[in-house]
Amino acid sequence: MAGVNEAKTTKTNKTNTSNSIKKFLFDSSVPLLFIIICLAGVYFSELPLLFIMNTLLKRVTRNSFMVLSLIIPVIAGLGLNFGIVIGAMAGQFAIIAVTHFKISGFPGFMMCILLATPIAIIFGIFIAILLNRTKGQEMISSMIAGFFANGVYQFILLFLVGTLIPLRNPDLVLSRGIGVRNTIDLTTATGLKYSLDNVLWYPLFYVLAGIAALVIIVICIDYYLKRKKIPESIDNFKFITQLIITAAILAVSLYVIMTGSILINVKLPIITTLFIAALWWFNVSIMKTKMGQDFRTVGHDMEIAKISGVDVDRTRTIAMIISTVFAAWGQIIFLQNIGTLSTYGSHVSIATFSIAAILLGGASVTKATSGQAILGVILFHTLFIVSPKAGNNLFGDAQIGEFFRAFVSYGVIGVALGLHAWNKRVQAIRRRLDA
Amino acid sequence: MIEVIKKYLNMFGLPRLIITALFIGICITAIVIGLPVSLLASDVIRRFGMFGILALAMVPSIQSGTGPNFALPIGIICGLLGSLLTIEFGLTSPALGYGFISAVLISLPFAILSGWVYGILLNKIKGSEMLVATYTGFSIVSFMQIGWVTLPFTHPEMRWPIGQGLRVTVSLDSSFGEVLNRVWGFSISGVYIPTGLLLFFFGCCGLVWLFSRSKSGIEMNIAGANPKFAVASGINVDKNRVVGTILSTIIGAVGIIVYSLSFGYLQLYLAPLYMAFPAVAAVLIGGASTSKVKISHVLIGTFLFQGLLTVALPVANQMFPEGNLSEVLRMIVQNGIILYALTKMGGEYNGWS
Repeated sequence: MAGVNEAKTTKTNKTNTSNSIKKFLFDSSVPLLFIIICLAGVYFSELPLLFIMNTLLKRVTRNSFMVLSLIIPVIAGLGLNFGIVIGAMAGQFAIIAVTHFKISGFPGFMMCILLATPIAIIFGIFIAILLNRTKGQEMISSMIAGFFANGVYQFILLFLVGTLIPLRNPDLVLSRGIGVRNTIDLTTATGLKYSLDNVLWYPLFYVLAGIAALVIIVICIDYYLKRKKIPESIDNFKFITQLIITAAILAVSLYVIMTGSILINVKLPIITTLFIAALWWFNVSIMKTKMGQDFRTVGHDMEIAKISGVDVDRTRTIAMIISTVFAAWGQIIFLQNIGTLSTYGSHVSIATFSIAAILLGGASVTKATSGQAILGVILFHTLFIVSPKAGNNLFGDAQIGEFFRAFVSYGVIGVALGLHAWNKRVQAIRRRLDA
Repeated sequence: MIEVIKKYLNMFGLPRLIITALFIGICITAIVIGLPVSLLASDVIRRFGMFGILALAMVPSIQSGTGPNFALPIGIICGLLGSLLTIEFGLTSPALGYGFISAVLISLPFAILSGWVYGILLNKIKGSEMLVATYTGFSIVSFMQIGWVTLPFTHPEMRWPIGQGLRVTVSLDSSFGEVLNRVWGFSISGVYIPTGLLLFFFGCCGLVWLFSRSKSGIEMNIAGANPKFAVASGINVDKNRVVGTILSTIIGAVGIIVYSLSFGYLQLYLAPLYMAFPAVAAVLIGGASTSKVKISHVLIGTFLFQGLLTVALPVANQMFPEGNLSEVLRMIVQNGIILYALTKMGGEYNGWS
């Protein structure tokens, strides 16, 4: 009898595993497709691996924070927040101020964060008021709000600085005394360039090897403990994939370290990475609080949330404020790495690129995780790095690669939004038929 | 008294009032600081006729219930393709309006086909038209960037002399540049009236108006205004939405041909990316909402918005020689009015989802 039972459980386990593989393949078809495109791009671009790794690491560390700021509005049902452009503007206001006061290095960076936060909170409240009046059309509203805010931003910096706002700094203000310069150099002695990155650099593969080894130990202990106490909660498939991925990372890093390849020179800005990790942790842990549950309820159905006593508008406002503040910080992290503030350009395409990235990682309008965000950033920037060269090698024209990249970033957003809208409608029709 | 004022204010709309006041204020400033009034007036009239048809493209799409057509770039691309093919094959004889008529005719099949496909897409995503439309437009424009580089056009006026692909701007001097503007054009005390351009614009408005009076036009209006009622009275809502989208795409194609003709250049690559937004803003300024529009809204809105931008440019340059104040003004007015319309949309749209 016992044997039969055992056979049954193993059988269900097996179908479970194959089902989860199917589900995994279906759910992550977008990232898988783009992983293939990226690998093909890397192959055809014929760029040296060291160059790709170095550039990729730089881009991923400077952009991830911004992309991670998109998560909470998605959970709270506000969709993809095109309004992070406005958060980025708050960050840029702070950078201009700190550059004016000539505070450099890490204190300068913290000063930027400190200044940007209240501005971003106010902006976040404004966007939330708007989005609470345009329920059901949040994404287009936040996008148009971004365009509108860009107009106001330009008006303030081009025409109010020097007239209403007394700023007399020849490094910042145009020679006529009115308006902020088009580009602000952050690489000067008192500038903000690398103010966060430079605190601590460490070779990437040492860090990777250490983390991978740690993760393997943790998940093995976790598996062992679960098996003893609550065997039914074990997810074999998840455990094995996690184990394979981490083991692969460990093996590659060890190989790089052992063979002393030049890849060992790839260095990771530790504090920046910690910032990103902290935001990841925040995104995960807030979901375990009352606030996080409110986000989820409101995101699932506003009517039900209202009936169960959640203040819908307030919850949505908080979600927007959090996102806007993180977007502001993200823009500061981004610019301290870039080293030049393009006053009227740095923020413009932030929303499109960040949203395209998170969608490439497999997120949708209603579901997004921090893991998807990071994977998306990696894929998006790999495409960014290799596509001009790959386009050149394949079609004899670097432009085609660049245009392809632009098309991917707009196209993936268009397709994701279209699929979401279609899905929403199909569900609505089904509900109507059921009723 | 206050009640009456409030009533009129509601009817006219606060943002419209602000924009009208701004327009009048800027016009007065222009006269005070001594800008040549006749030149400005000619410019306002030219821009009005040049831009009007693009704004007119919003009418069928709003009437059929798909909201303002943020995917106007689809029509624009069709119009550009028609113009490019006209130049490529040299169909620029005077009998073909120096290429104007042939450009319109060639772009028609493209516009009908893409409008039809896009209309079917829009039926799948009822309730989120504006957002999806925006990104459909963006995607098409960025996809056609690849097209402009790779399509096998050979005419030397369009290609870069060295390297691959089409030029960023293609001159229309040797084909249909300014052809409509010159038809029966005359000037009164220095103000040039491009009669042909205006007549063509008004003619298009008239056609759209006539269509909306016809049986299929009325059907389309009902399908857009009240889909549930339309279904009850046996009107095929989805079909009418597709018809509206096709019409809007066609008008968009004609619109960009007229625009380029008056401008003197075809603008390729990224130029069409944001072109839907001023067109949407124009009809909204004229008094339309995301679900209701009249031809008069197109006329008033285009005149106010384009007039404002045209006059603001020299005035702003006079006051702030550096920095682009009129561009900033455009961004604020254009996106402000779209935001205002979005907040006014209210429950009617939620009925769909």
